[in-house]
Amino acid sequence: MYISYTTSGRSEVVSRGTSTCWEGVALSSVDGSSSTPLLSVRNLRTHFDVGGHAVKAVDGVSFVVHEGMTLGVVGESGSGKTVLSRSIMGINTASNASTTGSVRYNGTELIGKSKRELRDFWGEEMAMVFQDPMTSLNPVVRIGRQLTEHLRAHKKMSKAAATELAIQLLTWVRIPEPEQRLSNYPHQMSGGMRQRVCIAIALACSPHLLFADEPTTALDVTVQHQILNLLSQQQSERKMGMVLVTHDLGVVATRTDEIAVMYAGKIVEKASTSTLFSDMRHPYTQSLFWSIPKTSEPKHTRLSAIVGRPPNLAALPVGCSFADRCPYVQPICREVEPQLTTDSNHSFACHLPVGSADADAALSSNIAQGLAQSEAAAIRRDAQTGASA
Amino acid sequence: MKPEFPRDRLSNVSSSVTGITDVAPKKATIREVIQAMPLRVKLASLWLLLVVFGAVYAKIDTAWFGGSLPLQNPNFQTNGFDRATGTFGTGEPIEGMSGAHWLGTDAIARDTFARLVHGGWVSLVVVVVSAACGVIIGGFLGSLVGFVRGRTETIIMATVDVILAFPALVLLLALVSIFEVRNLFVISTVIGVLSIPAYTRVARANSLAISSREFVTAARAIGTKPSKILFREVIPNVLPTLLAYAMVAAAFVVVVEGSLSFLGLSVQLPTPTWGNMINQARRDIKINVAQVVWPSLALSVTVLSLNQVGDYFQQRRAVKGSNL
Repeated sequence: MYISYTTSGRSEVVSRGTSTCWEGVALSSVDGSSSTPLLSVRNLRTHFDVGGHAVKAVDGVSFVVHEGMTLGVVGESGSGKTVLSRSIMGINTASNASTTGSVRYNGTELIGKSKRELRDFWGEEMAMVFQDPMTSLNPVVRIGRQLTEHLRAHKKMSKAAATELAIQLLTWVRIPEPEQRLSNYPHQMSGGMRQRVCIAIALACSPHLLFADEPTTALDVTVQHQILNLLSQQQSERKMGMVLVTHDLGVVATRTDEIAVMYAGKIVEKASTSTLFSDMRHPYTQSLFWSIPKTSEPKHTRLSAIVGRPPNLAALPVGCSFADRCPYVQPICREVEPQLTTDSNHSFACHLPVGSADADAALSSNIAQGLAQSEAAAIRRDAQTGASA
Repeated sequence: MKPEFPRDRLSNVSSSVTGITDVAPKKATIREVIQAMPLRVKLASLWLLLVVFGAVYAKIDTAWFGGSLPLQNPNFQTNGFDRATGTFGTGEPIEGMSGAHWLGTDAIARDTFARLVHGGWVSLVVVVVSAACGVIIGGFLGSLVGFVRGRTETIIMATVDVILAFPALVLLLALVSIFEVRNLFVISTVIGVLSIPAYTRVARANSLAISSREFVTAARAIGTKPSKILFREVIPNVLPTLLAYAMVAAAFVVVVEGSLSFLGLSVQLPTPTWGNMINQARRDIKINVAQVVWPSLALSVTVLSLNQVGDYFQQRRAVKGSNL
């Protein structure tokens, strides 16, 4: 279940816990290459027109999600994760947004469909769990009605049958005494409870694909754990495809089959979870990983944050968007934009992938020259060597 | 020695942990709501209740009991000639306060108290009709345009702004003078229609805020129809604010109706309204000021009370809204 930290600074996923779906998923993704995948996103771009400038929130993202598989999408705030999941579902409400590319759900193209046509997919085929359970429930409507209303309208259920299913759903998401809870208003529940209700609502019409958009960001750590367990348990029981969006590598580490790391609207590294954690190739992935505080470190160790801030999406720099914050940066990074490698098992977009001889040389020379972004890298290296010594 | 474990407390603790019903805060009873009010709001509510009670009582009296309930006939001239007996009544015009006529009599010896109580009916109907028009039509339009935006919003809000840009009273005078028959129905409908724009603006502002909340996106993401989102998600959240606004707007409507009747453009005589009572008593103001004072006082105290109660509920709403 946990990641072990090796002294080299690399890490490995020791085990994916007791999850039995791991083998199943591996099988399905093998034969999935021949059959139609549940969700196939190709070259998706969502640009917002802001005062004549295109803000490239999602810029050419491609990935595939098979049935019963969980894809983790990781990135900082502002890297386009939320816009990505909303663009795939087609629930971007901003009038200045334009989405191009291809989103195929079970072979059906979704981009270009009208809202009316998409409504058949929402809820029944794909659903979403939102970030903040405090705001994603209607404050003036009882939980019971929020759960049953949709069932009655879409599935033409009787009131009694819908209520019964609502109780069943609340039981599935582990809410005690669900009968009583039905008559509660959202403000009478805690954040964790509300997120459970949100998950129950999302699961009500048994979707085949679930988007979880930072489902635990607004919750405290112990509740986070419960909610994530609940999500992955429901996912494996229902053989759903799931896209788990988060900024926390620790969240996706044990609960996903594949991870896509996003930076400035693009996927910069994508690999199966075990590969990614054992062999991080993109400096951004590595920086993200190092910014997780480690219990093995001595007290008061300085947390190695990523220097600087994400680039302005309206005016992306030439070359690699991460160049200004990268400890390995070389002149080529500021001139040529690295392309995602085509290796389907482990693809990354970097001129000097971590672990290569070039990268080591680049890091040493940057530290020697005292470049700003290498400062953090140096601290990190010192900490690493200090810990191993 | 070990202290005895407080078992009764233990049972409390366990029930508050497991008992779901304990978690839910109890709904405030009417008594608790009243107790929480400051004194001025209590007094204001009392006055409003009195006016409403008086108006309804007077209406029931004339409509169902033919004036046989204990309240004098507001249109009976107490000094008038009685055909049956061939004598004149004993009343005096412009009388002061007395046991027979609590607030005296007006220029043609009609009981002022009875007229005052009956006059409340017109104000009441106008307030209720305008609030109903405003909340139902204005509230719907405002919520709709705040939710769908786009061209619908441009057209409806432009219309609303044009109506709002007119001085309300002038527009009202123009509209009312078109109708030959000016009964309560016509007056309240015209005032009702003219109060729609203000409600529309309030509803739109709230609807804009509500529509961008995440639960609306969440409803959309499970495939709810837009019409259903509007009625189930947006409007129920706009409504409380709108009702609080209706209280404040009611004060304005009472004044507008009063102004109209003062100008003789509201309900036709002899039906008493506070506005036309002031107008009639105005001529004899040198002889008896009190006849002007009573209806004026009723009007101002009612407006003040409506403002007090309306403000109080708006503030409560603001506090509650921030917690949601």
